Amino acid sequence: MTTNQGWKSVGNPEQRIDAVEKAAGTVKYIGDFAMPGLLHAKLVTSTHAHAKILSIHTEEAWKVPGVRAIVTGEMFPFHIGPILADRPPLAWEKVRYYGEPVAIVVADHEYQAKQAVQKVQVEYQPLPVVNSVQQAFETGAPLVHENSSQYMKIISNVYPVPGTNIGSHIKIRKGDFQTAWLSCEEIFEATYSFNLTDHVAMETRSTRVEITPSGKVVVHSCTQSPFTIKKVFNQFFNIAVGNIVVHAPLVGGAFGGKGTVQLEPLAYLASKAVGGKLVKLENSREEDMITSPCHIGLKATISLGATKEGKLVAGKYTFLVDSGAYTDQAAGITRAAALDCTGPYNIPNVWCDSYCMYTNHPFATSFRGYGHPELTFAVERTMDQLARKLNLDPIRFRLLNTIKPGDTSPTQTLLDANNIGDAAKCIERAKELIQWDQGQRRETGERKVRSKGISLFWKTSTTATNAQAGTVLTFEADGSVNLNCAAIEVGQGAKTVLAQILAEKLKMDLKDIHVTMELNSQYDPHQWRTVASSTTFLAGRAVLAAAEDAIRQLKKTAGIAMQCSPEDLDVGGGRVYLKANPEYGVQIKDIALGYKYPNGHTVEGQIIGSGKYVQRHLTPMDENTGFGKPGPWWSVGAQAVEVEWDPKDYTYKILKAITVLDGGTIINPMMATQQMRGGMSLGLSFASSEGFIFDQQGIVRNPQLRTYKIMRFGEQPEEYLVDFIETPNIDGPYGARGIGEYGVIGAAAALGNSLSTAAGVELNHLPLIPELIWQAKQGKEEEL
Amino acid sequence: MISNGKSKTVIELHVNGDSHEVMVRSGDTLLDILREQLGLSGAKRSCENGDCGACTVLADGKPIHSCLSLAIESCDQSLMTIEGLMGSPIQQAFVDNWAIQCGFCTPGFILNCHALATEHPNASDEVIEEWMCSNLCRCTGYQEIKEAVQSVVRASGNA
Repeated sequence: MTTNQGWKSVGNPEQRIDAVEKAAGTVKYIGDFAMPGLLHAKLVTSTHAHAKILSIHTEEAWKVPGVRAIVTGEMFPFHIGPILADRPPLAWEKVRYYGEPVAIVVADHEYQAKQAVQKVQVEYQPLPVVNSVQQAFETGAPLVHENSSQYMKIISNVYPVPGTNIGSHIKIRKGDFQTAWLSCEEIFEATYSFNLTDHVAMETRSTRVEITPSGKVVVHSCTQSPFTIKKVFNQFFNIAVGNIVVHAPLVGGAFGGKGTVQLEPLAYLASKAVGGKLVKLENSREEDMITSPCHIGLKATISLGATKEGKLVAGKYTFLVDSGAYTDQAAGITRAAALDCTGPYNIPNVWCDSYCMYTNHPFATSFRGYGHPELTFAVERTMDQLARKLNLDPIRFRLLNTIKPGDTSPTQTLLDANNIGDAAKCIERAKELIQWDQGQRRETGERKVRSKGISLFWKTSTTATNAQAGTVLTFEADGSVNLNCAAIEVGQGAKTVLAQILAEKLKMDLKDIHVTMELNSQYDPHQWRTVASSTTFLAGRAVLAAAEDAIRQLKKTAGIAMQCSPEDLDVGGGRVYLKANPEYGVQIKDIALGYKYPNGHTVEGQIIGSGKYVQRHLTPMDENTGFGKPGPWWSVGAQAVEVEWDPKDYTYKILKAITVLDGGTIINPMMATQQMRGGMSLGLSFASSEGFIFDQQGIVRNPQLRTYKIMRFGEQPEEYLVDFIETPNIDGPYGARGIGEYGVIGAAAALGNSLSTAAGVELNHLPLIPELIWQAKQGKEEEL
Repeated sequence: MISNGKSKTVIELHVNGDSHEVMVRSGDTLLDILREQLGLSGAKRSCENGDCGACTVLADGKPIHSCLSLAIESCDQSLMTIEGLMGSPIQQAFVDNWAIQCGFCTPGFILNCHALATEHPNASDEVIEEWMCSNLCRCTGYQEIKEAVQSVVRASGNA
């Protein structure tokens, strides 16, 4: 028996523990359960973007066989929301976006519910439509919410401005912007915009809810936030938290879109209307895109001032976040975009006004990167344009200003190597990988221009100040371990990473660790959410704590068996052994359920390790200056894109997409690479082809995948290059930072920069379809 | 076929080598019947519009969108779902090449790839692209899927 001194899992490209079952097609996602007696709900949705509801007639719908209930907004005329409670789950009195739920039909079969939905007659009186953030911001604009000041604040950092369409106004005031601005020798200002887009997870959102005779509410959902469902049901339906049980299976892609609670309250109302029976509510693709929350739009104006040598002195940032009809997580995104508004640059004087704007568009929630891909597009386009004005190489200009230990963030957090990592190293490495020194723009043929663009990015994990995770480990009689944790597997590989952290700590074979893949909120310890690139950090620390607890118990039981002090023992290779004489030890399997003396007496019992971790010393932001500590660390990185652009027809091909991330210690380099590539793909798809198209009445013209184009096989970059800089974070498990969102953050900016260089025109609006590049070239580009 | 003359018909479906009697409405899609009556949930509902390929199954060896096929049209065909493809080299290739993240699009991609490898054992990259662009994946960057497909096509081409 070896002592396994050389044993390692962290840093190894271990195969994902969910891959085999997923390849076999046997994984059960939320929509894969069918059972007799299950009732089906379908939504009646608004055909107007802004209108008064005059009447709802359900008589014809009731005539459809199998209809069991029809629910309208009167059943629950209250507002809910994660940050500001401003949204009735079912519209009542008026509708505020095209696609908004107006009624729910419950029937025996889905086709019956669909038939009945067609027969619900809703009479509307159209109201003036707020169809852009610009319009929303103008004085005298029609109001989407007349009484926003009366809405209940669920978290403190949200500031609606009564009598306007401003759902929240977040301010950053650092240094003395006004004075500093006047001292700048070179200044540049530009405006950027893009429309709302969608997550397009391949699995549409779906939920099942029942209310048991004893009053328990059982929710099944494909959610990133099972415990938030409990919180929301408690807050708004007044159900005791302990009486709400949430089940979450593996999730078929989320990208932030399954982090908020939208479908579950509707299914609860539907179940309540049929006496608590189990009701399923599943989105069609169209509903998933516009009825359930989507991704923000943005209009950003950035002014940067520098010395003539290129040292940044002052920055002013105005973000108009298109949150659509309700603030949901867009209010948090507005805050997150403000607190990292500068990007990873040292700017001593910062003035930022970040507005969460109500419009009559589908409402938005978190999207992978939480405001950062969006702000980064604006910041990094500005950096390139100011570099041009200063006649500096874009990389040299960035390196002159790259954030480093000793600088402060916009919220005045003091940075050190531990919390900020090494942004400069990332950009140097990206520069090598993209072969920057071989030229940024080359004409390689009559209709071929190759050009390169670069982008720096950063993001801190803006979790709740009390965000936490817990883990319970139970040892089996064969010495293997069950790992119970409420982290949700959305495809990011969280479960594998946690298993690796545990394997490393217990010096155990990964095969002997069994991770519970599905969540039951009654069995699993509380976890804040699976969002914000926080799972490896929070749940990873909880796993380490649980492992330490288990090791303590293992040593105690083994000490009894071996008649020695627990301090003299070590754990590894499935054994507990004497440090001084590793040959002498016991198998974990022989003590996993306690130590049994030869006479049958048994002591200690099963090894059950538990552990937890909660964020330390985070604070909300000051209302007037933004001062505060928003997150435990930043991950920083650089991305680069090389395109081949055709100056004749303005089409282009993405040749290379590069990410260099300082993600701290990388637990699994292949999964981390997967995350970076997938993130780049998502970001490049968003930047190159996505966006809702609104008509004059605020109707979405492309709410389906035939007309809303996402990246297809064959359109991906010819080559992805991924590398990691690993500046450890002391608090992270084995030094890890967050990585899940980061691949997406700089992708749009790097594409925008490369195409602007290729086309010789500043491209400041997304999506970068050939037609829009042509328009910009003609000087005809209009802001969205 | 047994019909009650009104809304439902009993038909026989041949899936993964077995025959099953199911009772269908004329409007039921093959996807819904496979999932709800036969418990074959590997074919996924995602767009129900033929745009994403998550519902792909094989009919007489050819990939089809089961969301756009009526169950009643499928009785004379030999159908294969992902559940009928246990332990194939393609499944292993998707595992080995890190081509799986959330896994929701995976069955559709794998079946499409299986048909491709059968029809075009020496498929060029252009042919691979032509076949695979019918399926959408939102998690990966497609690179891993491409490598998985190439490894299988190459292997079967050499065989």
